[in-house]
Amino acid sequence: MKVLVAVKRVVDYNVKVRVKPDNSGVDLANVKMSMNPFCEIAVEEAVRLKEKGVASEIVVVSIGPTQAQEQLRTALALGADRAVLVESAEELNSLAVAKLLKAVVDKEQPQLVILGKQAIDSDNNQTGQMLAALTGYAQGTFASKVEINGDKANVTREIDGGLQTVALNLPAIVTTDLRLNEPRYASLPNIMKAKKKPLETLTPDALGVSTASTVKTIKVEAPAARGAGIKVKSVAELVEKLKTEAKVI
Amino acid sequence: MTILVIAENTNSALAPATLNTVAAAQKIGGDIHVLVAGQGVGAVAEAAAKIAGVAKVLVADNAAFAHQLPENVAPLVVELGNGYSHILAAATSNGKNILPRVAAQLDVDQISEIVSVESPDTFKRPIYAGNAIATVQSSAAVKVITVRATGFDAVAAEGGSAAIENVSAGGDAGKSAFVGEELAKSDRPELTAAKIVVSGGRGMQNGDNFKHLYTLADKLGAAVGASRAAVDAGFVPNDMQVGQTGKIVAPQLYIAVGISGAIQHLAGMKDSKVIVAINKDEEAPIFQVADYGLVADLFEAVPELEKLV
Repeated sequence: MKVLVAVKRVVDYNVKVRVKPDNSGVDLANVKMSMNPFCEIAVEEAVRLKEKGVASEIVVVSIGPTQAQEQLRTALALGADRAVLVESAEELNSLAVAKLLKAVVDKEQPQLVILGKQAIDSDNNQTGQMLAALTGYAQGTFASKVEINGDKANVTREIDGGLQTVALNLPAIVTTDLRLNEPRYASLPNIMKAKKKPLETLTPDALGVSTASTVKTIKVEAPAARGAGIKVKSVAELVEKLKTEAKVI
Repeated sequence: MTILVIAENTNSALAPATLNTVAAAQKIGGDIHVLVAGQGVGAVAEAAAKIAGVAKVLVADNAAFAHQLPENVAPLVVELGNGYSHILAAATSNGKNILPRVAAQLDVDQISEIVSVESPDTFKRPIYAGNAIATVQSSAAVKVITVRATGFDAVAAEGGSAAIENVSAGGDAGKSAFVGEELAKSDRPELTAAKIVVSGGRGMQNGDNFKHLYTLADKLGAAVGASRAAVDAGFVPNDMQVGQTGKIVAPQLYIAVGISGAIQHLAGMKDSKVIVAINKDEEAPIFQVADYGLVADLFEAVPELEKLV
């Protein structure tokens, strides 16, 4: 079966971001960018399905700026077969991304679409669920285990109280949680080979999708600073401070 | 303006996060209706009707809603929710699972994990693991929003007397089925609602050593959390994880034991009122946010702390 994987280019997870002085957003100039960690897990899961003989082709798609080609090449080096970039210079909301992905799903007709559960920049946790709604497919969100059984996918999900397993009719949408797998590293020969794999570029206009949004960001501020407190010398001093100063125990 | 709040429930009990969600709805202003979807939810509906400030409770009792499968619940919310000014749910795993599906079906953007209400159409929410706060404005006819429970003080669970109305909408969409679940059992308070949280990280070295934290927690009436490192190393189950990808907590007192304080962990606990860090590495980033820091070996400090409290 064909698997479609969506990946996002985001600021690297180790970077401590800074808010722009004019409060228009976060300063991304000259900041290290990477593939969103949850998307790496999605790519890894698709590659493992291919290695098991379950998946026959992996198409990786990104909605983003021209530079997102780097993240698509990374996915190709990890084992995806070909890539699609829907180029959009502006930052899109989840619904617009889901609509663009729906257009790609219509075109590619995958049996399984794997996305990360959330992007670590916008922290929305929406796109997979929205894509499921638009396509009418079942959704297995926050997946920590995926098993394909014929025309069904059994997905174990991380929920607040523990784990839940659901059976989804294929085609279906799955979003990955951190514990689904441990992504591999791309080897140098694979990185070289990935340069020759096909990468198609599309635009929202060509897909006939409007990216208009009902939500706009008015301003972005730094959170209230929390200063360092004091260091205590002993456990006894700590207990004394918690009892008399902070009054929390 | 009328606001629809989706009740977080386990069929037999109303989850406390619902009370925080109703608090957010009160900040928006207008009549508040609560939707209870599930199977055999009579007791939950009665509990919802008693919440202070709730005008009406809608009950959708159907086997198809028993496990909150989004393929079944989202169409129900869409059918009932069209016409409301706002649809709110707690940002729990159920809320996050169902609501974006509702938003897409209504063709509106969703606003995730709001921490404050500025006006009926303007909200604040954290982005970049809580390292920036965005103020967002929605022009959608129906504003679909998930609420971060720790951002709002719970309303009183008693004092209301809302009318209860049964609705017969919706059913099984036939796309998905519940297979089973494995819930972690614990006598300690629920992590996201606890007044005191004691969390352990990689410094605990193994799962067995978490018993030191359990003893301390039981003495304090606290819940026990963990960092991702502790979960990935298999010391404790994943539902104990605090952080950007785990649970968000904001207790009165958070005690971080053997946790370095990575950005992703801080995202889940830095709104705690008082933070205590116990770590033998005095350079650990956790000390930059801790109100009280103790540089010490946790295996000596924790048992001593347990004796003294």
